[in-house]
Amino acid sequence: MTINWMEFTPIESFAGGLLIGLAAALFILFHGRIMGVSGIVGGLLRSSKGDRSWRLSFLAGLILAPLITKFAGFAPAIRIEQSMIWLVVAGVLVGFGTSLGSGCTSGHGVCGIARLSPRSITATIIFMAFAMLTVWLMNKVQAGA
Amino acid sequence: MIKRVSEFLVGLIFGFGLLLSGMTDPAKVIGFLNVTGAWDPSLAFVMGGAVLLSFFAFRISRNWKSSLLGRVIILSDLKMIDIKLIIGSAIFGIGWGLSGFCPGPAIASLASGEIKSFIFVAAMLIGMGLETLSQRMRQVA
Repeated sequence: MTINWMEFTPIESFAGGLLIGLAAALFILFHGRIMGVSGIVGGLLRSSKGDRSWRLSFLAGLILAPLITKFAGFAPAIRIEQSMIWLVVAGVLVGFGTSLGSGCTSGHGVCGIARLSPRSITATIIFMAFAMLTVWLMNKVQAGA
Repeated sequence: MIKRVSEFLVGLIFGFGLLLSGMTDPAKVIGFLNVTGAWDPSLAFVMGGAVLLSFFAFRISRNWKSSLLGRVIILSDLKMIDIKLIIGSAIFGIGWGLSGFCPGPAIASLASGEIKSFIFVAAMLIGMGLETLSQRMRQVA
């Protein structure tokens, strides 16, 4: 293992993390809900009509955020190097897996860990480990090809 | 109305955080997951900052009967680590590793106009729909 110093952005990443934590904190304090994106989106597919408006308001903010930062002159890079077919495969896996496992990086990885939930801590260790393993495997395959 | 505005603002703050932290950049996320190669540890700082602040909020509100806006507090009280949690998290991890996208950042990247973000989010919704459908079928059977 070597550290990629060129890409390392501890200050921006920590500051961004604080904002994410602030959002999660405001959500539980003011709204009494877990800020878990897969659950909020998945609920749109399942829940009753009266349970939709809070989900849509939150998602509208999330979707509009990059437009506002862009307007303010901040448009961070979004480098998507995978081909379409891999993105489709990955997207289906992410959707299916977060629905089956009841959470993703925000719900389990941030809120669940902050609540010290054994389920979320387990989930986070598993999805991190499998994601790292997948990247390792992809690198192997690409190096061999 | 105040609730809707407040939820919208929380979504905005969350989006700003994702953008600033680097989470919306799949190549950077993969750089973090690439622990055996040239590793970029930045995203560990994201999690550190996020957990730090929210930890206190969950502590403070632990015994509350309702939220500051008077809403019922909805928290999962499940304790069981079941097979669904394990398999689901593993499947999610594989998808995350393949793409560098998890649900929040994928949605926050939609407005960048990158067509690949749309494709990913559409596929993700299909995956969620498939899982919801299979749950219903199991319940019927």
